[in-house]
Amino acid sequence: MTSESFGDLIERCRAAEDELVRQWRTDVAASLRGRVSEIELDKELRDLLDAVLSAVGSPQGSDTRSPAFGEVRALLVELSRSRALQGFSPRETAIGVFALKRAVRESVGAGPEFQAFSDVIDELGLFTFETYAKAREEVISNQAEQLLELATPVVKLWHGVVALPLVGTLDSARAQVVMEKLLQTLVDTGSEYAIIDITGVPAVDTQVAQHLLKTIVAARLMGAQCIISGIRPQIAQTIVALGIEFGDIPTKATLADALMLALGRSGVDVAAEMTKRGL
Amino acid sequence: MERLPILKIGPMLLVSIQVDLRDDMVIALQEDLAERIVDTGARGVVIDITALDIVDSFTGRMLATVAALSRVLDAETVVVGMRPAVAITLVELGLSLDGIKTALDVERGMRLLSSGGGSGR
Amino acid sequence: MTAQELPIAGDADVVRVRQAVRAAAVAAKLSLVDQTKLVTAASELARNTLTYGGGGSAVIEEVFNGLRKGVKAVFSDKGPGIADLKLALTDGYTSGSGMGLGLSGSRRLVDEFTIETATGDGTTVTVIKWAR
Repeated sequence: MTSESFGDLIERCRAAEDELVRQWRTDVAASLRGRVSEIELDKELRDLLDAVLSAVGSPQGSDTRSPAFGEVRALLVELSRSRALQGFSPRETAIGVFALKRAVRESVGAGPEFQAFSDVIDELGLFTFETYAKAREEVISNQAEQLLELATPVVKLWHGVVALPLVGTLDSARAQVVMEKLLQTLVDTGSEYAIIDITGVPAVDTQVAQHLLKTIVAARLMGAQCIISGIRPQIAQTIVALGIEFGDIPTKATLADALMLALGRSGVDVAAEMTKRGL
Repeated sequence: MERLPILKIGPMLLVSIQVDLRDDMVIALQEDLAERIVDTGARGVVIDITALDIVDSFTGRMLATVAALSRVLDAETVVVGMRPAVAITLVELGLSLDGIKTALDVERGMRLLSSGGGSGR
Repeated sequence: MTAQELPIAGDADVVRVRQAVRAAAVAAKLSLVDQTKLVTAASELARNTLTYGGGGSAVIEEVFNGLRKGVKAVFSDKGPGIADLKLALTDGYTSGSGMGLGLSGSRRLVDEFTIETATGDGTTVTVIKWAR
């Protein structure tokens, strides 16, 4: 198909551009209920109309995947992304495109060539919807990532000693984030000791225990030592029952004991430090 | 072929790997280190891998071999500066490099060698 | 990114394959740890292609699965092939001078791992790592 299937539709649209945009804007504005300003919307729709008419008027005017539609697609990506980020519904976003059909029919008239134009708009509407969905998924996955990071604070306890107090259920994804964050903190703070406190972890399964073990081995490869503290009786039972070997990894009942061990090993004299700081 | 420079600092040898390692360079380094330990009577070797963005099993094996070699020659080897992503990958790959001493950076590695203790196993 | 084919005929080629895989992994927005895992696996597999397959090639390309991006790398050689695949995929097994972690280890570092081989007919290993 070439642009001939659209007859003189493009020219008629160009001639009636102002009326067309007014009609289109009215429909879109009704669905957006004032959350996008008239002026902004007017500009958005004019740019889009211009791009659509140019693309449809080109030799590849009925193929929305062709390079001729590059600018249209770029504008739609921008439009649907910003709608998605602002929290508009898929319907409110897609109507921006579909309403163009009604605007063309009412301001230019529906001749035999209208069907071909309508098909193009349908394609563009679907494209908008896909981009919208993609943007929403990105928002959700970013939020999930932020939540993971929030839930895993690594704190410095002393020069060269950091602690990772774990709270809540550890799944594989979270264990991985925890592992990376702890190891990066060792580098950033130049710490040789890391205390992983699991007082707040309700249960440990084989997978989580494996993740802990891997973290500890990785820390060793980097030149740091890990100490596990706060193993509750039930968890100790599970560890033994699952046959997980903690090997020569030091474990302590409390975070305080673990800190004492780390300080002892790194040769810190707490009393002398306190005197030095005037405490 | 390009060979990695080995620096002598007091009783220690220091190799700081700053280039993307080819396998032939890895083999050459292993040979050169053994020779230099004997020639200089060095008591310790520090291998700085801060700049390495990967360590695969070939390089891992070289590190393990150098550690074993140096022990036979009455010197200790410490590998320093391994990046977190590299360490995680090595563990997943199945290399725990047992028996190799490690430290966070060159300074700590040197201190570890002079004190004779450390976080190695 | 279009597919990129690199020859594997010497040690320097293994380094080039690593660099190309790293660039593709960065472009596909893999996390630093995932980049490192994929590049390490590529290094193992490229070396296998060179050492056991007598050389061959690597094809690196970006792949998509719905919204997810990933990097696919295919290593192929026309070497003798692997007679006992199960054994070759066992940790610690080696027929050469490595640590025996090349195949089994790199399988753990990627998300998808397929191997096609026949005695006398070469070996093709395909790996994919997806962005999280």
